[in-house]
Amino acid sequence: MAAMVWIVRYLWLIPILPLLAAGIGALLKQSQRRFAAAIAITSIGFSFVLAVIAFAHLLQQPERVFFNFPWMQFGSEWVKLGWMLDPLAVVMLVMVTFVGLLIFVYSVAYMHHDENFTRFFCFLSLFAGAMLGLLIANSLLLLFMCWEVVGLTSYLLIGFWYERPEAAAAAKKAFITTRIGDLGLLLGMVWLYGQTGTLLFYDHGAGCMEQAALSLLATHIVGFGMAASTGIALLIFCGAAGKSGQLPLHVWLPDAMEGPTPVSALIHAATMVAAGVYLVARVYPLMSAPPGGALVLVTWIGAATAVFAALVAVAQDDIKRILAYSTISQLGYMMIGIGVGGVAVGVFHLITHAFFKALLFLGAGSVIHGCMGEQDIREMGGLRKWMPVTFATYAVGMLALCGFPLFFSGFWSKDAILHASFGWGPSRVPFYLGSIGALLTAFYMTRQVCYVFFGKRRTDPTTDPIAESEAAVSDPHDAAHESPVAMTGPLVLLALFAVLLGLIGTPAWPWLQAFLEMKSAGLDFRQVLEDGLPQLMLASSLLVFAGLGLGWWVYGRRPIEHAADADALERLQPAVFHALRNALYVDQLYALTFQRLAWWVAIAANWLERWVWSGVPLAVSALTKGVGWIDFSLDRWVVNKGFDEGCNSVADGGRLLARLQDGRIQHYLRWVGAAVAALALWMLLGHRG
Amino acid sequence: MSALFLILAAVALAGACAAMMLRGLVHCALALAVAFAGIGALYLNLGAQFLGLAQLLVYVGAIAVLIVFVILLTRGADSAPLSPAARPITGIVVATAVFGVLAWAVVHSGAIRSPEQPAPPVTVRQLGVDLMGGYVFPLEVMGLMLTVALIGAVIVAMKEKQGTQ
Amino acid sequence: MTPLAGCLLVSSMLFAIGLAGALTRRNTILVLVGIELMLNAANLNFVAFWRFGPHSGPSTGIIFGLFSIGVAAAEAAVGLALILAVYRHTKTTDLSQLNGRGQ
Repeated sequence: MAAMVWIVRYLWLIPILPLLAAGIGALLKQSQRRFAAAIAITSIGFSFVLAVIAFAHLLQQPERVFFNFPWMQFGSEWVKLGWMLDPLAVVMLVMVTFVGLLIFVYSVAYMHHDENFTRFFCFLSLFAGAMLGLLIANSLLLLFMCWEVVGLTSYLLIGFWYERPEAAAAAKKAFITTRIGDLGLLLGMVWLYGQTGTLLFYDHGAGCMEQAALSLLATHIVGFGMAASTGIALLIFCGAAGKSGQLPLHVWLPDAMEGPTPVSALIHAATMVAAGVYLVARVYPLMSAPPGGALVLVTWIGAATAVFAALVAVAQDDIKRILAYSTISQLGYMMIGIGVGGVAVGVFHLITHAFFKALLFLGAGSVIHGCMGEQDIREMGGLRKWMPVTFATYAVGMLALCGFPLFFSGFWSKDAILHASFGWGPSRVPFYLGSIGALLTAFYMTRQVCYVFFGKRRTDPTTDPIAESEAAVSDPHDAAHESPVAMTGPLVLLALFAVLLGLIGTPAWPWLQAFLEMKSAGLDFRQVLEDGLPQLMLASSLLVFAGLGLGWWVYGRRPIEHAADADALERLQPAVFHALRNALYVDQLYALTFQRLAWWVAIAANWLERWVWSGVPLAVSALTKGVGWIDFSLDRWVVNKGFDEGCNSVADGGRLLARLQDGRIQHYLRWVGAAVAALALWMLLGHRG
Repeated sequence: MSALFLILAAVALAGACAAMMLRGLVHCALALAVAFAGIGALYLNLGAQFLGLAQLLVYVGAIAVLIVFVILLTRGADSAPLSPAARPITGIVVATAVFGVLAWAVVHSGAIRSPEQPAPPVTVRQLGVDLMGGYVFPLEVMGLMLTVALIGAVIVAMKEKQGTQ
Repeated sequence: MTPLAGCLLVSSMLFAIGLAGALTRRNTILVLVGIELMLNAANLNFVAFWRFGPHSGPSTGIIFGLFSIGVAAAEAAVGLALILAVYRHTKTTDLSQLNGRGQ
């Protein structure tokens, strides 16, 4: 198309550049670290620039453009793929490339002491490329392919330190759990293709997210009075639930913390886990198609996840695990947002969450780095003195997460969700659950911050034994120290955005929402006063203060003296606390049920394979052997023996005959005489007759 | 079938039996000579005077003597016990069978019924004319054969000069 | 019994006796003796048929007999020479010991 701007035509460069960097990185030796890091950072830097250019273009001219091409012939039909550029995609692109760039830079310092530095950057680039490809995909098939690659890189990066059995197990768990979700996604994809004949989202009216296809799906009723659109939407949501750690497929996220902290920050906080939310946003037309039961389920699951994860986070002791459960909880919020309020509400929270969660993870990484690899918060304490920059930025992130009023982006995005859920038709329970979750969020984050940064220094790093693999990262300094600029710089930048991003989504100037819907938004402070917003803002602020206060009261006033001291809550309600600490025993439940089941199915399959399927070739081979044996016996006993007997009798006959030729002349003569007599007799008798 | 014929036949047969059954080799040879003589006498009886005398001269005078010579020359290592190589019964049976067949043929054939005739008159002169006339070729061949046999017998029986014993 | 039949019987007997001896005696010389007897029996046959049987020529029988005697003489000579030669080699005239060379 002549009208297509060059950026749209070359949009595919955005994912390709990091993929190229990954390809080159795969060929590099371990010693070429600087080059590996350089190409990775350069590639994602370029992708960021291109994303910004695309963003600028769409700011001028909000539209949806796409470019489709035929990929593979499938019988008589062509399977098409394509990429697209629309407000949702470009916002995600800018976020992913920017946060990715910051985390890449951070990783240079964090992974400095790791010997597999080059491999790390290769995998990171591969992830970036796949994630960006996922974002611009105009075809559910292309999205799925990138989705799978993203899952693969997640597996590779969680199990980066593969010599550790916990890391390998966690990687396997992540892969399998998301696979279960992906199965639903695949089924939904196949069903969609079967019904509509296309997997392209937008295709000049022929795409599956466009009106013609949607009405077809909405009117097609399958069993239980459910429309095809609802069924497909639910199946696609399965995939999203797996990737985004919704209940019950959340179990892999906490274990995924076995990977290096930059990985946790990039993949399991900001981007990959958001891919599920993005997918739901992408297929929102399908999700919200008239019978519309899918979104109800999405909301409920999101709400349950949000509260469940927040409860479990209260009782965790590992700094990263707290953040992991927090991520699960916030993902639940995003799902609530999309379910009740639409794409804009959920995606706003996704964007803000990406920044402050990445900030929190990187901050945690800085803390771990400074504590020589220690991850247990009970072993830390009073770090704000030693690591001021980290503390400051961490505080910003924490407040953003809690939703501290007005100044922090989390407040605005979470409030948007609560506001939308308050007015939700089917039920107000998600609103209440969300509110409880907000309280809990503030509480557990305060707990964490108090444990880590306040109170007394509980252990002396000089006498600590080197703990776990993260110790390989630490510098050979004796005391806990602030991290280098390569690590603190990104922290500061992220903290800045954690504050400023709130401004793009406030009710006064709902720029993001308008942009995503391709409308324009005006600055209008009166919007803030409408629709019950002030009451809501007040209520949520109270919740936040309550949570912060409670947290401070329990943990901040009297911080624990020694690492071995029991948690305050634990003293109050040990049984509840233990249950929460063990994540309400969900993992154990799965082990007893699904894993057992899978084990038995595997044994049955093995038996089947060995005796029945292999039985056939075994039987055939036994039969062949039997036939062979019969043949051999026949040959040996009948043919050979018969032949031998025949030959022997001939030989015996010959031997008998040979006795005639015994060299005895007189014997010969006797025979001659007898013959003469016989001959003569015969002749005479003949004559007489 | 005159008595003379019977007597002469008996002599010939007796001599033959003796020649085949006696133990001592020289006895056998002498019995053979008697048999030859009897046969010669039979020839004379049948009217073949020249042949009868030739028989006596050649067979009795030469061949029987030759046989005696060879017997004497090959005396030595073994004093041949009479047990034959194989059972003698088989040979006797065969011989009896042959005789049986021949006798039976003789008795049952039609040629025997020819009447008695006088002896055809054959003079020595007639024989000589026949020999030199119609039978000259066999005669010459005969001469050649006798020459060859003579030379051959000499060579075969000659003591070997080179020692390849 | 015609004279011819009688002669023929006598010659048959002679032949049989000669055959029996040739087949049974172990000494090679005696085998030769038997052979001579058989020849003589055949000769007697000729003479008998010359005397009593149908004629082909006045002297045919005699001539044949003469030749037969000549041949027999030659054969006896050669045969005995052979026996001598074998005797010199093997120091025996025993047929059973000279047998079996063919095997």
